[in-house]
Amino acid sequence: MDSKPDPILSCSEVWKLFGRNAQQFLKENNNVTDDMLSENGLIGAVRDASIEVDEGEIFIIMGLSGSGKSTLLRCLARLIEPTSGQVMFEGENLLNHSEKQMIQIRRHKMGMVFQHFALMPHLTVLGNVAFPLEVQGIDRSERENRALEVIELVGLQGRESYYPRELSGGQQQRVGIARSLSVEPKIWFLDEPFSALDPLIRREMQDEFLRIQSVLNKTIVFITHDFNEAVRLADRIAIMKDGAIIQIGTPEELVINPADDYVEEFTNDLSRAKVLSAKTVMSEPEPDAQVGGRVSSSAKIQDLAEELIKSELPFHVVDKNDNVIGKLTRDAVVDVLVKQP
Amino acid sequence: MNSTVGLSSRHKFAYTWPLAWGVAFAVVAFIWIGGDLWQWAVKAPKELTWKVEALGSCTSVRLCVTGFFKFMVSNEAYIFPWTFKEFTRFVAACIEFPYQIIRSFLASGFTIPLSGGESWQSPPISWLGLTVVLTAVAYRLRDWKLALMVFLCVAYLAVFGNWESAAITLSSIAVAVPIGIVFGALIGILGYRYEKFERAITPILDLMQTVPIFAYLVPVLFLFGFGPVSAVAATVIYAMPPMVRITMLALKTVPLEIKEFGKMVGCTKRQMTWRVLIPAAAPGLMVGVNQVIMLSLNMVIIASMIGAGGLGFDVLASLRRQAIGDGLEAGIAITLIAIVLDRLTQAWASRSPAPHHETKPTLLQRHKNLMLALLILVGTTAISFVAPFFAQWPEQFEISTGQFWNDLIKWININFFDELEAVKVFLLLNVLKPVKAFLLALPWPGVLLFLALAGLQLGGIRLAILVVSCASFILITGQWTKAMITVYLCGISVVIAAMIGITIGVIASRYPVLKRSVLVFIDTLQTLPSFVYLLPVVMLFRVGDFSAMVAVVLYALPPAVRYTLYGIQQISPSLIEAAKTSGCTKRQLLTKVQFRLAWPEIMLGVNQTVMFALSMLVITALVGTRDLGQEVYIALTKADTGRGLVAGLSVAFIAIITDRLISAAAKKRKQALGL
Repeated sequence: MDSKPDPILSCSEVWKLFGRNAQQFLKENNNVTDDMLSENGLIGAVRDASIEVDEGEIFIIMGLSGSGKSTLLRCLARLIEPTSGQVMFEGENLLNHSEKQMIQIRRHKMGMVFQHFALMPHLTVLGNVAFPLEVQGIDRSERENRALEVIELVGLQGRESYYPRELSGGQQQRVGIARSLSVEPKIWFLDEPFSALDPLIRREMQDEFLRIQSVLNKTIVFITHDFNEAVRLADRIAIMKDGAIIQIGTPEELVINPADDYVEEFTNDLSRAKVLSAKTVMSEPEPDAQVGGRVSSSAKIQDLAEELIKSELPFHVVDKNDNVIGKLTRDAVVDVLVKQP
Repeated sequence: MNSTVGLSSRHKFAYTWPLAWGVAFAVVAFIWIGGDLWQWAVKAPKELTWKVEALGSCTSVRLCVTGFFKFMVSNEAYIFPWTFKEFTRFVAACIEFPYQIIRSFLASGFTIPLSGGESWQSPPISWLGLTVVLTAVAYRLRDWKLALMVFLCVAYLAVFGNWESAAITLSSIAVAVPIGIVFGALIGILGYRYEKFERAITPILDLMQTVPIFAYLVPVLFLFGFGPVSAVAATVIYAMPPMVRITMLALKTVPLEIKEFGKMVGCTKRQMTWRVLIPAAAPGLMVGVNQVIMLSLNMVIIASMIGAGGLGFDVLASLRRQAIGDGLEAGIAITLIAIVLDRLTQAWASRSPAPHHETKPTLLQRHKNLMLALLILVGTTAISFVAPFFAQWPEQFEISTGQFWNDLIKWININFFDELEAVKVFLLLNVLKPVKAFLLALPWPGVLLFLALAGLQLGGIRLAILVVSCASFILITGQWTKAMITVYLCGISVVIAAMIGITIGVIASRYPVLKRSVLVFIDTLQTLPSFVYLLPVVMLFRVGDFSAMVAVVLYALPPAVRYTLYGIQQISPSLIEAAKTSGCTKRQLLTKVQFRLAWPEIMLGVNQTVMFALSMLVITALVGTRDLGQEVYIALTKADTGRGLVAGLSVAFIAIITDRLISAAAKKRKQALGL
C-alpha cells in the first residue's frame, strides 16, 4: 500500500449549479457561500466535489434525497454536464471528449444500473440484456450468447424469454444488473439499485451484489440513501449533504472519527460491532502474555465476540504476516457491544 | 415574499373589480339608452376595407385571403423545385393512387383491359371472406366476445345493405389514417427534438383544433377540387393534430431513467429515437393512433360534402331527403365501423406477447395465419364468380328499419304535434328571441369592454389583449351580427346542456349502478356522428334555431356529465369522511364540499361543452341557422376561400375567447383551493 496506483475514475472540484450564468458566476467568485448562490438565483446541486475511485473498489456515495448524490453520479458519467471541474477517467478528462468519443466510452467502458430498473417493456429479458450489444452493432448470435452468460451470472437462467412485466421487482433489477454488465464495463455505476425493493428482497440483492462483485471485481460507484446499506457494501463511503462532500472514508473511519454531527447522526443507529475491526479496538501488544488465541487485525468485532467472551484470556491481534501487533481483551469487546457512543 | 405582496394588494383592491364592472355596465347602459346619438357604436360595423395601390384587389381581410389562394394556384407560386400547383398535383397523386387500389379491392373491383377493346371486371373482395377474416383476427387478438362483436358489426353492414358504401368509406379511411399517423408522429418527433419547433407548431395546432371542420373544406376544395382526394386531405388535416400532440407528450413522458439508459449504452441520436424512445412511448403512441382513426371516422360525413362518397354521402343525402330511417342506418354503420376499428386497434395494442413458456413463434407459424387469411379472401372472392351470395348479400334478404323510423316519427308528429309545438313556441318566444334581441342590441364597444375587463381580472393584461384582439378580428371582418347569433345559440345551448349535464353528473355520482349506465349512454352519444342528431330533430321540429339548439344540446351534453362525475369522484375520500363526521347532511355535503371542490373540473367540463357546441353549431347551418356556420356553408358551396376562412376563423376565435377565459377562471379557482 505504499505507492498508490492512479485512481481509475476521479473528479476534482466539480460544481453543478442550476440557474442563469452559472459558469460566469463560478469564474468570478472563489469562496462561494449559500447566500451568494441564492442572491444570484442559483441552486447548487453539486458543490466542489472531489473523489477518487480506485480500481476494484466499491465506492459508495451516500446522502439523503436532495443531497446531490445522483447529480454527482451523472456528472461522473457525463449524463449531466458539470458547470465546472474535471472528471478524469483512465487518465483522460471526460469533459474534453466529443459526443462521438463519449458514445464510444459509454458503449464499451461504462455500465449503469437504475433505481427503477429502466427496462425496455417491449423486449424480453434476453432482448434487454443484449440491447447494449445490439446498439454497438454486434450480430445476433454473438450478442445473445454473451447475454446468456450474464443472465446466468445473475441467476435468471430459464427466464430469458420473459417480459419485464412478468418478473418481480428483484428479478427485474437482476435484469438491470445483467444488462449493465453485458458489455463488460470498466466502471460500474449503480444508482440506488435496491431502493425500490422491499427490505427482505433488498437484503437478498445486496448479498447477490457482493457475490457478483467477488466474481467480477469491478470498479464500482454505488449511490444510496441508506447508511446501513453503504456500510454493508462499501470499501469507502463519501457522505454528501447539500451538494457538498462532508467526509470520505472507510465505514470504520466514519464510525471512529466522524467529521461532524451530521455524520455522527448516521453512525448512531449502527451496530458498531459490525463495523469496528480488531485493529481499532486492540490495545498495546503483550507478546509474552498468556492468550486464548490469535485473531486477524481486520476481523470485525461482531465475528469475534462469541469466542472472546467465552474465553477468560485476551487474544493476540496479528497482521497479515502473523506478527503480533496488539491485544484484544474481553472488556474491550464488551465495551464495543454494549456501549453506545 | 411574493405571496405577501399578493395578499396585501388583494386586500387593498378588494373593491376595485366590482367597481370596474359597475362602471362598465353604466357605460354600456348609457350607450344603449342614447342609442340614436351613437349610431356607430350600436350598429355593428361593416367589414373594414382599404384601398392601397400596391395590394391590388386585396382590399379587405376576406379578399386578401381569396387573393392569396388564387395566387397559390396560379403558376407563379413556387415551392422549390415545383410550382405550387405542381406540388398540389403531386400530393393529389400520392393520395389518389393508393386510394384507387384499395377502393378497387374493397368496393369496385379491378377493371382489366383485354385485347379487342373489351375488358374484364374482377369482383371486389367477398363480403363473406372479409367478415370471416375480421372475426378470426378479433378472436386471435382477444377472445370470442370481441370476435362476436366484430362479427355482428360487420354483418350489420352486409345485412342492412350498407356494404358497398362502407367499403368506399373504408377506402378513404385506409388512406387517410396511415398518412395522419406517420406525418403526425414525424412532426411530433421533430417537436420533441427541437423546442423551437414545438413552440412554433403549438399555436398552429391550437388553431387547427378550434377552427370548425367546415372551414378547412373550403381551401382544400379550392386546392384539390371535388373528389375523394380532397376528402382524404381534409380528413388528414382534421385527424392529425392530436397525433402530433400525443407523440410529443408520449416522448416527453418517457421516464428520465430510460432516456439516461439509452445514453449510457451509447445510443446515437437515431438509435435513441427509434430504438429507445419510440418503443418506450409505444402505449402512448397507440392512443394517438386510436385518436386518428376515431377522428377520421368523425370526418366521414363532412368529408362527403367535398366528394368522399360512401356512408357519409348516404347520411347527407337522407338528411336532404328527410328520410330519417336511411340516414340513421348509414349513421349507425359509421359508428359500428368506428367501434370495430377502435376495439381491434385497442386489442392489438394491448395484445399479450407470445407467452414465454412456449417456444418462440417461428416465422413460418406467423405466416401460416396470414396465408390462411389470404386463402379465405381469395377463395371466397373466387367463388363469388359462380355464387352470387358470396359477392353480395342477396337483396331480398336485406333488412331495412327505414320504414319503421319514418312511421315512428310520423306517429309522433300526428299524436304529439301540439305538445311539441307548444314547447317549441314557448321556448322560442320566452327564451330564444329575447336573448337574441338582447345580444344583438349590445353595443360592440361595450362587449369589447366587458371582454377586456374579464381578461384583466382572470388572467392579467396578456389575456385581456388576446381576447380583445380576437373579438376585434370578428369586428373588422364585418361578422359581428353573425357572430352574435352564434354566441346566442351557443350560449343558450351550453346553459341548457350544462344544467342537464351537471344534474345528471351529480345524481349519477351517488349511485354506482346509475353511473355505469350513464357512462354507456354518453359514450354512445359521443360515438354517433353529429349529423345523426340532426335527423330526428329536424323531422320533429323542422328547420330553424330551435332545432339547431336541440341538436347542439344533445351533442354537447356528454362532456358536462363526464367532467362533473370526474370532478366529484376525484375528491379525496378522506375529505368526504371528514365532512360526514362533522355531521353534514347529504345536501350540505353536496353544496358545501363536493360542489366547491369539484368546481374547477366542472368549469373545464363547461368549457368542453362550449367547444362541442361550437363545432356542432357550424353543422346546424344545414338546418337553416343564420350565424357564422351558415357563412361557412355558403362559402363552401361557392368555393369562396376568403369568406369561408374568415368566418371559420371567427368561430375559432369565439372558441379561443371562451376557452382562455374559462380556463383562466378554473386555474384561479384551483390555485385558491390549493389543488
